[in-house]
Amino acid sequence: MNYKAVLRINAQVILIETVLMTVPLIICMADGDSPGFRGFAAAMIIGFVLSGAALWLTRKAKNNIGARDGFFAVGLAWTLMSLLGALPLFVSNSIPSYVDAFFEIVSGFTTTGASIIPGEEIASLSRGILYWRSFTHWLGGMGMLVLLLAVIPQSGRNGGFSLHILRAESPGPSVGKLVPKMRQTAMILYFCYFALTFLDTIFLVASPELSLFDALCLAYGTAGTGGFGLNGHSIGGYSPYVQNVCTVFMYLFGVNFTLYYYLLMRRVSYIFKDEELRMYLATITLSITVIMINLWRNGIFSTFGERLRHAAFQVASVMTTTGYTTTDFNEWPSLSKGIMVCLMFMGACAGSTGGGIKIMRVLLLGKTIRRNTHSLLHPREVKAIRYNGGVVDERVIENVQSYMAIYVAILIFSFILISMDGRFSVLSNATAVISALNNIGPGLEQVGPSGNFAGYSVFSKLVLCFDMLAGRLEIFPMLVFFSRSTWKKV
Amino acid sequence: MNIIITGNGKVGKTLTRQLSGEGHNITVIDKDSSVLESSIENYDVLTVTGNCASRKVLDAAEIEKTDVVIATAATDETNLLCCLSARSANPDVKTIARIRTPDYVDNIERDRDLYGLSLAINLEKNAAIEMDRLIKFPGVLKRETFIRGRVEIVELAINEDSPLCDEPLTKISSILRSQVLVCCVLRDGEAIIPGGSFVLRHGDRIFVTGAIEALSKGLRTLGVVTGKIKKVFIVGGGRVSFYLAHRLVRNGLDVTIVEKKRERCEELSQIIPEACIICGDASDMTVLESERMGSFDAVASLTGIDELNIITSIFATKLGVKNVITKIGRDENRKVVDSLPVGSIVCPKELCCSAIVRYIRGMQAGSGAADSVHFLAEGLVEASEFTIDETTRHRDTPLRKIKLKKNTLVACVRHNGKFVVPDGDSCFSLNDKVIIVSKSSDAVLGFNDIFAD
Repeated sequence: MNYKAVLRINAQVILIETVLMTVPLIICMADGDSPGFRGFAAAMIIGFVLSGAALWLTRKAKNNIGARDGFFAVGLAWTLMSLLGALPLFVSNSIPSYVDAFFEIVSGFTTTGASIIPGEEIASLSRGILYWRSFTHWLGGMGMLVLLLAVIPQSGRNGGFSLHILRAESPGPSVGKLVPKMRQTAMILYFCYFALTFLDTIFLVASPELSLFDALCLAYGTAGTGGFGLNGHSIGGYSPYVQNVCTVFMYLFGVNFTLYYYLLMRRVSYIFKDEELRMYLATITLSITVIMINLWRNGIFSTFGERLRHAAFQVASVMTTTGYTTTDFNEWPSLSKGIMVCLMFMGACAGSTGGGIKIMRVLLLGKTIRRNTHSLLHPREVKAIRYNGGVVDERVIENVQSYMAIYVAILIFSFILISMDGRFSVLSNATAVISALNNIGPGLEQVGPSGNFAGYSVFSKLVLCFDMLAGRLEIFPMLVFFSRSTWKKV
Repeated sequence: MNIIITGNGKVGKTLTRQLSGEGHNITVIDKDSSVLESSIENYDVLTVTGNCASRKVLDAAEIEKTDVVIATAATDETNLLCCLSARSANPDVKTIARIRTPDYVDNIERDRDLYGLSLAINLEKNAAIEMDRLIKFPGVLKRETFIRGRVEIVELAINEDSPLCDEPLTKISSILRSQVLVCCVLRDGEAIIPGGSFVLRHGDRIFVTGAIEALSKGLRTLGVVTGKIKKVFIVGGGRVSFYLAHRLVRNGLDVTIVEKKRERCEELSQIIPEACIICGDASDMTVLESERMGSFDAVASLTGIDELNIITSIFATKLGVKNVITKIGRDENRKVVDSLPVGSIVCPKELCCSAIVRYIRGMQAGSGAADSVHFLAEGLVEASEFTIDETTRHRDTPLRKIKLKKNTLVACVRHNGKFVVPDGDSCFSLNDKVIIVSKSSDAVLGFNDIFAD
């Protein structure tokens, strides 16, 4: 392990986070919000001192880091930036308990959107705090370390190391670069991300009911597929126009960003051929249709338009793991609720800002199952698995399978640990874990769209925090913490 | 620049490291995805798995936006086809191919355009040319020539008996009674660009530069030059041996080649009838002894096995052969080999890479770029040749008033047709030729890079 290099990367991440806190600090200053100002000022001073000291200590670090260092650096960075990001909420007394503040910010960075703040109190938070809460979604969506790769110039000779960081942070089973240079790849990703967020903000601000501040916060939540709202009704309180804009952009942010790069490069044929995108669109269409029929049969919503709007919105929100809501789907018939839970697992496309298992993994898993059952009948069969016209490396298949196994294991363990709490129903506990691990936000029953996570014990909250981080970072970076050799001196 | 490197073998990897280090956008193509994995983990490059001669694979590597294709796959046919496909996909692309089969290497070099090649690199032939140069100028470990062969950098080993041992560099010129300069010292695997007070030690390897006349006078004073070489013993009958023997025989030297395989021996005896071909196993010392290897002026160990080459060379040194040349295929071995008594080391891969890097640097910068680049001391140090033009800063200013970058040295200046080892009063004037020695870690790409300000 190259601890010095890991520390240096972490120091750089903290430094960037500290610098980005300037915006909410200025908002607090403009609003004359002195507790908020104190919170951000305190966090920034701590951030500057810590990162400055760490950068000075590691000024001679060699940047040759391996796969393990990459995982460790990413896992540690996300934990540390959440610890620092929680400080403003805690110091400003917006959230009196530090563990609650930590939960809230982990939920922000991991783009989960699960909150411990009761719906009716959200609107009373100061604008600086609200901005920071939503902005963590935006940062977490594409990833803080990818931002680091885009911002900080790498020395050419050892540039390969940064691939381990991209792989550890970006979602999906086979992460690769778009162009030979890592820095350019990161810049392209952030450019697409930034452009789409900008577009979203423009569309939202066009609605008279939203101020620029509201539009920005909603756009951050949509872009990161996070889901923190600005009041207790999430998106339900806004006009159908705003809801529809959110729906469209949630779907857009659930698409693999590589496809946007292809669009920029005018390689449209790649986009049409993309199996994952086809499956994504097919799943969306099918889910919306079934839910609409189910709602109609049960007499929920009076018009076709309303049914379509709410079904499309809720499907988008759950599938891209955003977690915005326009209606309490806890009241929906069980078929619709069942579909929603299944979509929670499936998640969005690999390489998007959404969470969940990812459609690409589901596709590969399906293909593997088909091959394995087929080879039961033809024991000598040799068959490669193809995806998007190319052969999938067997290591990727193995990786997907082990990912699924660990995913289920964590799901079960967390469920049992949470159930020790005893205050919530079985379905609430189960959906709380599913929602945390898949970075969605709301679950069903007590943790449904109208509930929150405040009632859980400190221990349960920390378990859920771990689940959220594990879900966003796709488990392995968080598991490195439990590997004994990580902590061994070499 | 956007560069595609096809074939991720020994040469491909070295090129990847060198060129990605210089900031180019590299895409590597290879058939074996596990080989590519190690490249993508170590260097900032993109990889594509597949057959590099296939148009589909080249398209996936974005051939239409590529400036240079370097084909270093194992077979010539693949390389040629790859370059042809690349040209047909993108007529503006520059193509560099490695060609090694002696049967048609000559006609390919002659008809480069016909094969769509901008540059054909023959690894084995380059190595043989290098060895030929060493044999012509015995006693030095390595020779690099600059300014059309008028200036050279030679590598020498310092041992206890050397008159240079334990002497500071300022006294070198008076000891050798000629104007030469020590531009680089390799000590314990580390390259040092020395100052005047630097004291040489036993075990150092030094790189001395000077105009060719001054240098040969100095080497004669030093007693390094040991008379002409007449008889050369070559161990191994591979391609390098063929090219080397061919050149030596043409210059009227006696050549003996030891080769294990009967068929190859017969083949060699047909194509180089002047040489004495011995069929025998070089790893068997009795064969070498019965052919009286110790009585030869020079021994070149050129088998395909590095270990065997090293052992043979040590054996030759022990037998008292003054000039020993060892071919090393994998430069990972070089760190170990440097400390052994194996004479001059020639690494074909390294030679080929410096030729390609030189070509690309020339393409890249146009004006202000180095006219030629040579890699010294296992590639840790570079010596580049520049021509002073209108864009050069600090022209006609005495050197002592200019602050140069650290680890950079002006080794030689050709001013009005005269070669001088520069001192504080020297200055660069228009159309001067200058040789700059610098560490590869901060390479001098344009001449103005040498200035600290």
